[in-house]
Amino acid sequence: MIEVHNISKSYGSVQALKELSFKVEEGQLYGLIGPDGAGKTTLFRILTTLLLADSGEATMDGLDVKKNYKKIRKMVGYMPERFSLYMDLTVEENLNFFATVFQTTVEENYHLIHDIYQMLEPFKKRKAGDLSGGMKQKLALSCALIHKPRILLLDEPTTGVDPVSRKEFWEMLKKLQQSGLTTLVSTPFLDEAELCDEVALVQNGQILKVDSPHNIAMAYPHRLWQVKSGANYKTLKILKEFDHKISAFAFGNVVHLATNSEVSEEMIEVHLKQNGVEHIQIKPIQAGIEDVFMDLMQ
Amino acid sequence: MEEEKVIEVKNLSKHFGKFKAVDDISFDVKKGEVFGFLGANGAGKTTAIKMLTGIWSSTSGQATVAGFDINKNRNKLKENIGYMSQKFSLYEDLTFKENVRFYGGIYGLSNKEIKLKTEEMIEHLELDNIQNTMISDIPLGWKQKIAFSVAVIHRPKIVFLDEPTSGVDPITRRQFWDLIYETAESGITVFVTTHYMDEAEYCDRISMMVQGRIEALGSLDELLTKHQAKNMDEVFVKLAR
Amino acid sequence: MKTFAAFVRKEFKHIFRDRKTLIILFGMPIVMVIMFGFAIRTEISNSRIAILDHAKDAHSQKLKGKIAASEYFNVVAELNSEEEIGEIFKRGDVKLVLVFPQEFGKDLVNTKHSPIQIITDASDPNTANILSSYLQATFQSYVNEELHLQAPNLNITTRMMFNPENKSVYMFVPGVMTIILMLVSALMTSITVAKEKEIGTMEILLVSPLKPFVIILGKIIPYLVLALIIACTILLLGLYVFDMPMNGSYYLLFGEIFLFVLCALVLGLLISTVANSQQTAMLISMMALMLPSILLSGFIFPISSMPIPLQVISNAIPAKWFIIVIKNIMLKGTGFEAIAFETGVLVFITCLLTLIAIKKFKIRLE
Repeated sequence: MIEVHNISKSYGSVQALKELSFKVEEGQLYGLIGPDGAGKTTLFRILTTLLLADSGEATMDGLDVKKNYKKIRKMVGYMPERFSLYMDLTVEENLNFFATVFQTTVEENYHLIHDIYQMLEPFKKRKAGDLSGGMKQKLALSCALIHKPRILLLDEPTTGVDPVSRKEFWEMLKKLQQSGLTTLVSTPFLDEAELCDEVALVQNGQILKVDSPHNIAMAYPHRLWQVKSGANYKTLKILKEFDHKISAFAFGNVVHLATNSEVSEEMIEVHLKQNGVEHIQIKPIQAGIEDVFMDLMQ
Repeated sequence: MEEEKVIEVKNLSKHFGKFKAVDDISFDVKKGEVFGFLGANGAGKTTAIKMLTGIWSSTSGQATVAGFDINKNRNKLKENIGYMSQKFSLYEDLTFKENVRFYGGIYGLSNKEIKLKTEEMIEHLELDNIQNTMISDIPLGWKQKIAFSVAVIHRPKIVFLDEPTSGVDPITRRQFWDLIYETAESGITVFVTTHYMDEAEYCDRISMMVQGRIEALGSLDELLTKHQAKNMDEVFVKLAR
Repeated sequence: MKTFAAFVRKEFKHIFRDRKTLIILFGMPIVMVIMFGFAIRTEISNSRIAILDHAKDAHSQKLKGKIAASEYFNVVAELNSEEEIGEIFKRGDVKLVLVFPQEFGKDLVNTKHSPIQIITDASDPNTANILSSYLQATFQSYVNEELHLQAPNLNITTRMMFNPENKSVYMFVPGVMTIILMLVSALMTSITVAKEKEIGTMEILLVSPLKPFVIILGKIIPYLVLALIIACTILLLGLYVFDMPMNGSYYLLFGEIFLFVLCALVLGLLISTVANSQQTAMLISMMALMLPSILLSGFIFPISSMPIPLQVISNAIPAKWFIIVIKNIMLKGTGFEAIAFETGVLVFITCLLTLIAIKKFKIRLE
């Protein structure tokens, strides 16, 4: 449904995208995961025909983003970073306006947004600027869906909203997927990767890895341990000095230690005890996306 | 020896008309602690911070920050705190050195001290190649580390951080937390406000505001056990619903 | 068409919900007109002048009496010789000295032209100019009354003809109207477009099937209406508060206002194609439009006294042509023929700008 081949884009001397390629199948919920400045927004703008790539090709449903931009604009639902709404218009007015702009009416496609808009209904006379982050996000999604797009592009839709809204939002995306919609969503939150069918991990305009979240986690090449003690920062410092470590990173109040397969629990414990760490709990764990991402970055 | 309390809040409230933005909150923060102050947008987090940093006065209740009353000793208080928010801390069109000079000047550091601090930072953060680069051209991760170092340039008793690591890559984020822990070890209390729950998990103790009240307070493990949750996200969802 | 109506409706909502801006938009013209009107009025009253009368005949005595009686002048000294003129100027006592020649009365009756000499302190050229014009006007009316001569027979400048008392309000109302219309139209349109870029809604509009010219037109029409209402406000103020004459056709006047506003709106759109933030839009509008419109349009400084390069540049400034047009219609009451050239220039500039704006309006970002 979306095909990207060797796309590159530079702003002056800064290369935002470096020969990026990936493919999104019809009906997939595809995640573009990476930190700020990875080039996610640039890629979205190229796909929505708002920017021209310096080189490479991209097609949306077989349509070239450069030549067929008019047709693409009709079938794409786009939600830019920072929910682009008119803050001085009410919820209702925003929705009606975007419906008209896309040459349809709210009534005609109400079934598409019914579930989402229901939550907004009590606030329909309120100005968009007075809504909470989560409500703005829901309204922006409704506006992007109102013209029955075939492809939905969501640029960092969960930035700046609370965990409850984030959770609800992903539930909505899963529901939309059931209706056959192809969705490309970008996020800086690595934990959201697990909610996608397939993800591309991006960093500095390059793709580090493309696969299903499960496969990505399984492909972690090292043995991973979770080490817990009363003094996390101290533990981290000491583990960084551990001869057999490949990497040691803090994860909240625990440390994830990567080693080769010869290292045992006892070896780690001995090293820690020698250095005065107490109340040690060590257990082997399965790597998550964040572990993989950091491993790929190094 | 009893641990020194850097922030003491007792029954603090702030009302806007009938709306209780902050509704009778009480908590303490110990010296050298990394304290997480959580809440959704609109939970009263920002209002509470504005009171604790001496920008707004309280409607009722008491609070001392760095030993100074937030309503009576605002100027003294401001000299003893540092502040960093991800978006607004550094001047994008000034270089690293110029930013340090400016902030050093604001907090009354002498030229000699500023020079010393600048050199210290260059060495510590490995800024050799970018010390004369405009902040706008420096990668985000570095920017944040610089912003943090600038926020503690005057060795305040406490530093307030607003969503310090949202959006950065996982490695830079951890480097940043290393910097925070290091600072805390040196005796500066770190007060982190955020609505990103994963960021909160790095704090020694976490408080969570819902609708103007503090609904949870404790270490990560305590909160997880109490609310039978896997992570802070789940705690938040349980408390907010 | 439905899309277009929705767009225009949205723009009006933006305008009416932003109360502060709306108040400024309507308040500013009123304040400016009143400020200019009254500030300039009080400036020329009881101005100190001196008289050197070589003639001392009946006519000169009578004229002196008339001048002394006028509210504009205060005769502070009667001089006796040419030498004293330099001295009195140096002391800064007066701004102007009126000299009657030896044969003043005789010449006036016989040759029927004005032989008086007006000497002004040119270190303050504006005041000097205005004073001299007032004095000439007084002189002219004296000649009219006493000798029953018609004005055209005398050496009176054309400007005097249509503004016999050199009332500055007559100059400032057209000027202020021009500046305000420019400001409202260009500044406001460029800001609204930049605002949509800033909050990101422009991205959605561009991605939508909306045609660029619908966006352009949708942005233009609300401000066109607003600008016309403001033009009416200024006109009403000029006519009823400052008693400006309106000698020409209202249809023609509003036709020209429409044309000028359109021109300014297109300029605003052009600015918005380069400006990505409201701040930039505001700065460009101020620097590139407002200042030249104020300085080079002849509103404050006469174009004829500018150096040649500036005079050439002033031709490219729509405000210059519009001021000429309004003055012609309101003060002289001329018909379309007399201002056909100026109108033509405005039409040309507008068309050219529209073409560039449409060309430059991007279907993509950047």
